[in-house]
Amino acid sequence: MRFFNARARARFDHAAEVGLREATVADDTLRERDVVLSVRDLKTIFRTDDAEVKAVDGVSFDVRRGATLCIVGESGSGKSATARSILQVVDNPGLVESGQILYRRGPDDRVIDIAALDPRGAALRTIRGGDIGLVFQEPMSSLSPVHTIGDQIVEVLRLHDPQTPAEMRARAIDELGRVGIPEAEERFGAYTFQLSGGMRQRAMIAMALVTRPALLIADEPTTALDVTTQAQILQLLADLKSTLGMTMIFITHDLGVVAEIADDVIVMRHGTVVEAGPVDGIFHDPQHPYTRQLLATLPQRSTLGGWAAASKNTPERPSEPTTAPILEIEHLDVTFSGSSGRIFGGNRRAVHAVKDLSLAIPAGSTMGLVGESGSGKTTLGRCVLRAYQPDSGAIRYHTDGGTVDLARLTDQQLAPYRREIRMIFQDPYGSLNPRLTVRQVIGDPLRAAGVERAEIDARVAQMLDLVGLRPDMASRYPHAFSGGERQRIGIARALITRPRLVVADEAVSALDVSVRGQILELLADLQSELGLTYLFISHDLSVVERICDRVAVMFHGQIVEEAKASDIFTAPTHEYTKALLSAIPLPDPRLRGTRELLTYRPTDDMVSV
Amino acid sequence: MLKFAAQRLVYAVATVVVISFVVFFIIQLPPGDYLTTLTAQMQQQGQTVDQAYLDALRARYGIGQSFFVQYTKWATGLFHGDWGLSFQYMQPVSTLIASRLPMTLLLGIATLLMSWVLALPGGVYSAVRQRSWGDYTISGLSFVALAVPGFLGALVLAYFGFRVGMNVGGLFSSAYANAPWSPGKVIDLLKHLWMPMVLIGFAGTASIIRIVRANLLDELHKPYVTTARAKGMSESGLILKYPVRIALNPFFSTVGWHLPAIFDGEVIVAQVLALGTVGPLMLGALQAQDMYLAGGILLIVSILTVIGTFISDLLLAAVDPRVRFGRA
Amino acid sequence: MTLQLPTLGEELTSRQPDQPADPRVQDTHASQSRLIWRRFRRHRLAVIGGIVLVLMYLVALFAGFVAPFGSNTFQADQALRPPQLPKFSLAHGFYVHPSVGKTNIQTMDREFVEDRNTYVELRFFVRGDKYKLFGVIPADRHLFGPKDPHQRWYLLGADRAGSDLYSRIIYGSQISLSIGLLGVGVSLVLGLLIGGVSGYFGGWADTVIQRVIELIISIPTLPLWLGLAASVPPQWGPTPTYFMITIILSLIGWTGLARVIRGRLLQARGEDFVLAARLDGLGSGRIIGRHLLPSFASHIIATVSLAVPSMILAETALSFLGLGLRAPAVSWGVLLQDAQSLQTLDSAPWLLLPGIAVVLAVVAFNFVGDGLRDSADPYGRRD
Repeated sequence: MRFFNARARARFDHAAEVGLREATVADDTLRERDVVLSVRDLKTIFRTDDAEVKAVDGVSFDVRRGATLCIVGESGSGKSATARSILQVVDNPGLVESGQILYRRGPDDRVIDIAALDPRGAALRTIRGGDIGLVFQEPMSSLSPVHTIGDQIVEVLRLHDPQTPAEMRARAIDELGRVGIPEAEERFGAYTFQLSGGMRQRAMIAMALVTRPALLIADEPTTALDVTTQAQILQLLADLKSTLGMTMIFITHDLGVVAEIADDVIVMRHGTVVEAGPVDGIFHDPQHPYTRQLLATLPQRSTLGGWAAASKNTPERPSEPTTAPILEIEHLDVTFSGSSGRIFGGNRRAVHAVKDLSLAIPAGSTMGLVGESGSGKTTLGRCVLRAYQPDSGAIRYHTDGGTVDLARLTDQQLAPYRREIRMIFQDPYGSLNPRLTVRQVIGDPLRAAGVERAEIDARVAQMLDLVGLRPDMASRYPHAFSGGERQRIGIARALITRPRLVVADEAVSALDVSVRGQILELLADLQSELGLTYLFISHDLSVVERICDRVAVMFHGQIVEEAKASDIFTAPTHEYTKALLSAIPLPDPRLRGTRELLTYRPTDDMVSV
Repeated sequence: MLKFAAQRLVYAVATVVVISFVVFFIIQLPPGDYLTTLTAQMQQQGQTVDQAYLDALRARYGIGQSFFVQYTKWATGLFHGDWGLSFQYMQPVSTLIASRLPMTLLLGIATLLMSWVLALPGGVYSAVRQRSWGDYTISGLSFVALAVPGFLGALVLAYFGFRVGMNVGGLFSSAYANAPWSPGKVIDLLKHLWMPMVLIGFAGTASIIRIVRANLLDELHKPYVTTARAKGMSESGLILKYPVRIALNPFFSTVGWHLPAIFDGEVIVAQVLALGTVGPLMLGALQAQDMYLAGGILLIVSILTVIGTFISDLLLAAVDPRVRFGRA
Repeated sequence: MTLQLPTLGEELTSRQPDQPADPRVQDTHASQSRLIWRRFRRHRLAVIGGIVLVLMYLVALFAGFVAPFGSNTFQADQALRPPQLPKFSLAHGFYVHPSVGKTNIQTMDREFVEDRNTYVELRFFVRGDKYKLFGVIPADRHLFGPKDPHQRWYLLGADRAGSDLYSRIIYGSQISLSIGLLGVGVSLVLGLLIGGVSGYFGGWADTVIQRVIELIISIPTLPLWLGLAASVPPQWGPTPTYFMITIILSLIGWTGLARVIRGRLLQARGEDFVLAARLDGLGSGRIIGRHLLPSFASHIIATVSLAVPSMILAETALSFLGLGLRAPAVSWGVLLQDAQSLQTLDSAPWLLLPGIAVVLAVVAFNFVGDGLRDSADPYGRRD
């Protein structure tokens, strides 16, 4: 909203001042001069027709000036709601019920209780964006799709620090450059969809920082990004912290990230703070069982500089005799035309998803397939299942009865093989038809194979037991189960036909960290009980490292490196693998800064940043 | 953008061609020979039937020959300004349409504008103040508007007007009907125009309100709205600049299809209120099976609609960069 | 190969269930349909609309029974007489006074004067004109009417021919309401087929079909109807005309449904569970029937219930203009033809009452359709 004239602006400023003055509290309410924000007993509730959920239930913490506070928790812990409550931008139907949010801009400034401000008043509007900036998780949906980046940044300036249009434009371009966007002047006029994910997030950071706020709140800003992009953004934030002396609250579920950037940490669960303290204490001397539980899900590393040999807890995998491969992929090529069929980023151009790819999967092992978004790993996985038809190449499947090239078969001929090669999907919510009972979901593959009803029921019950659910759950509907439980149902569905090869496409990526461990353990148990071979697709190297015997690294449709898991992580050979590994946050704050972030440019040599 | 416009233009022209085909097919459907009807009509009016005249018409329009021949003769005739002959009025179709078209356009465009001016703010208000009294009132009125058929409303209003002694019906009072244009005539026109505008536009306004409301409700909970709020924008400012702007996009893309609906309403209301526009002319033509007149009007109306759709496509591309870049 | 996880506090094994599910879900055994029905019940307007519709269709079904008289019983001297609301007295029960029409010499208007001495007594379940229930069962009982089968009663007045408007409105509901359903039924079949092909197979078939639909939408529907309806020969009897009109209406109405179905199919096609079904080995038919259709069946039902009113309105408009159904067929549109002339309307405004029936049906359908649409997504964020 513009201020149409100076008088309106003056009126607004006056109203803001009045509001701020009314919300000012006594100076000694916040004794520590170096605390910028002090949250005291904050309570935020969500009121729906059916229930009242206490999203934030009495949370208190302090943010020191110039420091980075990380709020860690799993989904539903209330960390995001806490951050949004500070600026009172909680989504409907949430509202801040009680508590104090004491804010002091500088050591000699007055103390204001933000919680006492009118949500629609001028005072809070000056603080929003002006004193406290907010960066969100999904830049694609958090930025306006129909306005240019430049316009959205200038708008923030117009609200808080208006100057002439030319001056504001120059400041915006300057800020875009500061956050590492190349050709900032051109990008000023770009629309959101024209930028990549990393660029968009940088633009959002620029937008939040251009007014030089006293505090930056970042709500899971890197969760939706690739690991290499995440590393770059974390680097950027670290740089800004040192050059601008920025104070930051960083919300995340990833303890690795916490180790990389936090000074102070609070751990949240079910709306309350279970533990708080400096980052070193949290990692090396956790007090609360939940904190320890979270830490336990991190890969155990006790090394300096790079991923060294496996730690004491994980038993050394005996070097196996090379087993015969169960599946051999030879010179596979898949191109999408983009206009019809699967939509690939909305482009009309042809996308060469898989380029001349060859891979052999040994029977009984777990082959990990690692890559970032756009690497083609999902496409490859689906090709193995013949959900896509490859343009050229062969997929040789070896059975006792002989070898068959799956790429050559028609849908009809594939039917028996579809029972032997199965898939576990990523999204526990989208992969189960909400209208079918659990029994129907798991039993359908058997029905398609013509098995008798009675036998189906028996096998379903047996399967449920095997995956850790109760057989009486078979008549329920998917919406009655949690994410982890649904994933177990998905696993049951995959295994019901007694397959030999299972493709797990990001099977644990959508689950909470604590649940992840359980599911991975389940998969490992099932592998040994049922003699399965896994093709485990993931973007998360730490997950891959835990359960895979061999690992193949994909980049732009090709496999750049493939070796034993331990070799990949301790002695990578390809530049991209090295860059990828260097981007993984080290889960120990004491190791911060001990490692270089490598960037991989396909044509150039390795460049260190 | 230019490429986009050119592509749409090609579509538009192709659509018109296909529509002309369909239109001609429809007007050919009723059984009976055009010339026989014409002869009967002329005889009824007491005119002498000149065989040479009939033969000339037969040759000119290809009557009695195959469908394609007749269509081709008609279609080529269109380009020359020869839209056929109406036997009801014994006049060229082009003259008849031209005399009524300006008023029809005026009524249509005025109604369209009125409905937008009312519906857009109404829909926005209804969505932003969801579940308030204002919302319930607007939604309630919309329901009623959508349920009451245009002609029923026309009849009811006309009845009450009649009762009250108002001069309902027609676009001008008898005094001004054939007079030259003057300020008085304009005022007279306005006095008569409001009723058909309301009747025709009522249902359209209601449907626009509901569409805008639904779209806006979808957008209001999206993340970019929260971002704008976190930047410190005022509620009204951010709602107008962001979600409203985006919620209007689907509206822009369908605005071309409001034109046919306007014309539909116009036909019936004009019939009831005896306005001298194109609608009743077409109705009469269809009832009397005066095929060239009916076909000509159908075609003209369809062309106007296609033009409208074309304009709305351009508008959408101008307003939404995603469409321009093909990333919608 | 197993992972070592420290066991502190809670036991963490792979076989233990984790966090509880969505607390909003009350009944874990409820199927999707049950959930939708539950949400629907909470929309009071939709429920009221539903009740009104059920009543209206019951009346249409039992038209002969509910209407006091047949649909085409003429009485010339009672033409255009005003409504007679029943009165009650202990002596006579429900009754009305008949009136006789006289032409006022001075104003040339027809006036009706009550005859206070004669009583037309009204009772429940009286005998009267013969009719066939459901078209097959002969009967002559009526819900409420004159005790003496030779007497007449005009609850809502009489039309130009002297027929009881109330009875005609009731009989009219049979055609007006059924055309709505039938027309939408045909549109639905067409829409499912064409929209289904368009959405499921995609590619050039989709593009072609989309262009065709856009073409059809570009032509104003009313002239199109009128044009097609004008080609129905007037000699045809009421039944063939009825079917012809239905087909004409649905030939243009299917486009809306086809687009909705296509949109939903495209959305559903991208869902993981559909791919899973294909990989499970289910055939196309099974996938469509078991997975795709049910996922948007509720949306389709909502769209259909919102399409019925436009069908009813369309038939009414067509018949009103004389291009739809014609006498002796009785539909609300045909009844409203009498109201075309403003002169007639001035002396007999009750001729507009069939319009109220139309509005009532349309509003009820709109409420129900809106309620269904809101309930179709049990986890909708609309609130």
